[in-house]
Amino acid sequence: MSAEVAEVKVEKAEPLFSKKNKKLFTNPLDIDNPVTVQVLGVCSSLAVTTQMKPAFVMSIGLTIVTACSNVVISALRNTIPSRIRIIVQLAIVSLWVILVDQILKAYVYDVSKQLSVFVGLIITNCIVMGRLEAFAMGNKPWPSFIDGIGNGVGYGLILMTLAFVRELFGAGSLFGFKVWESMGLHYQGNGLMLLPAGACILLGVIIWVQRSINGYRESH
Amino acid sequence: MRQSNSYIIIYSAVLTIVCGGLLALAAEGLKDKQQANIELEQKKNILSTVMELKEGDNIEEIYNKRVKAFVIDFQGNVKEGMLAKDVAVASEYKKPREERLLPIYEFRSDSGKIEFVSLPVYGYGLWNNIWGYVALTADLNTIQGVKFQHAGETPGLGARIESDGTVQGRYKGKKVFENGEVVSVVMQKGEGKDYSNDAHSVDGMSGATLTGKGVNNMLKDYFACYKNYLTKNQTASN
Repeated sequence: MSAEVAEVKVEKAEPLFSKKNKKLFTNPLDIDNPVTVQVLGVCSSLAVTTQMKPAFVMSIGLTIVTACSNVVISALRNTIPSRIRIIVQLAIVSLWVILVDQILKAYVYDVSKQLSVFVGLIITNCIVMGRLEAFAMGNKPWPSFIDGIGNGVGYGLILMTLAFVRELFGAGSLFGFKVWESMGLHYQGNGLMLLPAGACILLGVIIWVQRSINGYRESH
Repeated sequence: MRQSNSYIIIYSAVLTIVCGGLLALAAEGLKDKQQANIELEQKKNILSTVMELKEGDNIEEIYNKRVKAFVIDFQGNVKEGMLAKDVAVASEYKKPREERLLPIYEFRSDSGKIEFVSLPVYGYGLWNNIWGYVALTADLNTIQGVKFQHAGETPGLGARIESDGTVQGRYKGKKVFENGEVVSVVMQKGEGKDYSNDAHSVDGMSGATLTGKGVNNMLKDYFACYKNYLTKNQTASN
């Protein structure tokens, strides 16, 4: 878990999108990315990224769950008894996850079938619990909301990148649209891209590229 | 005060009630919509046993035009006044064979001739329930197509009964009866052999023999259930 997100002290007259708040959003996109830097939520990023559509829905789902749970926990943070705080966090996360799942089932049934257990598994996604414990428990609702959105989008970025490459080279399509065939090319899908192992290798490459660009080093 | 036992107990009680209430509200509010999705999915599965469905096809329209659904009992008599969609195959499966209510979906051509019948089947695979539809051609003996689904078979192995179209394709053209007795179609052990001359066997799935056995039991079980109806109507049409 990242130690650098210490308490952010919000001044009374601070504007909604102050520098500090913007940082809360932009940090998780790159230098504090939940997947590539903190290496959380890897399981789901390997599992749901064979196609862009489920990856997109999963990203939105996780963003909503993280942001909303962050707000609720942050609003309740002064009333939560510290001895049962993890249970309370879990209850709130589960509440949002089940709500998201129910809504998916009602409005995008085929996607919800594809995501099947992974929506439920958002509950155990370390990103969500990590943000609650590391950020929302010590900050006001608004910064917590931004933090949740930022981490959700950071996670989503990686998911979409993975899904883009995997769907393009694995199935030869993007969002179900046959890219190569529309250009008149015959494309034989690369099976490795469709397997979780291929995704793992790809994720490793992304981490490598990102770290060599921003110069991030693991501190021991 | 925030650390006292009574505070914690009251806090968790209130939290539980609030969360539970919200979830109950959401489940109740979205129920109709979810039910409609499930029914559409079922219609899609029934149709896909006999025809290729394209993206954008109006499932509801094709289904209403082509399919006639009704319920029979073990003796093969049509249960008047019962709707096929009200029969939960999963709970009928738990009853003894003779007491099950069995839905049948008939496909008619534009002129009203019966082209196929689709039969729901239900059983148990290696890890969890498996189910699906088996469509027979008008002779009520030859399999036109199957559609299997599962709840928890191993991905890449047993799960191929659903995900791998070629596994389902192996059933096409196989026969259910021999001289009026149910022989069923048996998925063999091992993969890669040619069973095109054997009307009652299909090639197996490598690494998923037990799921295959589950499928075999399911088919045998349900063909036995439908036997009375099918044989009765076979002779009627011949």
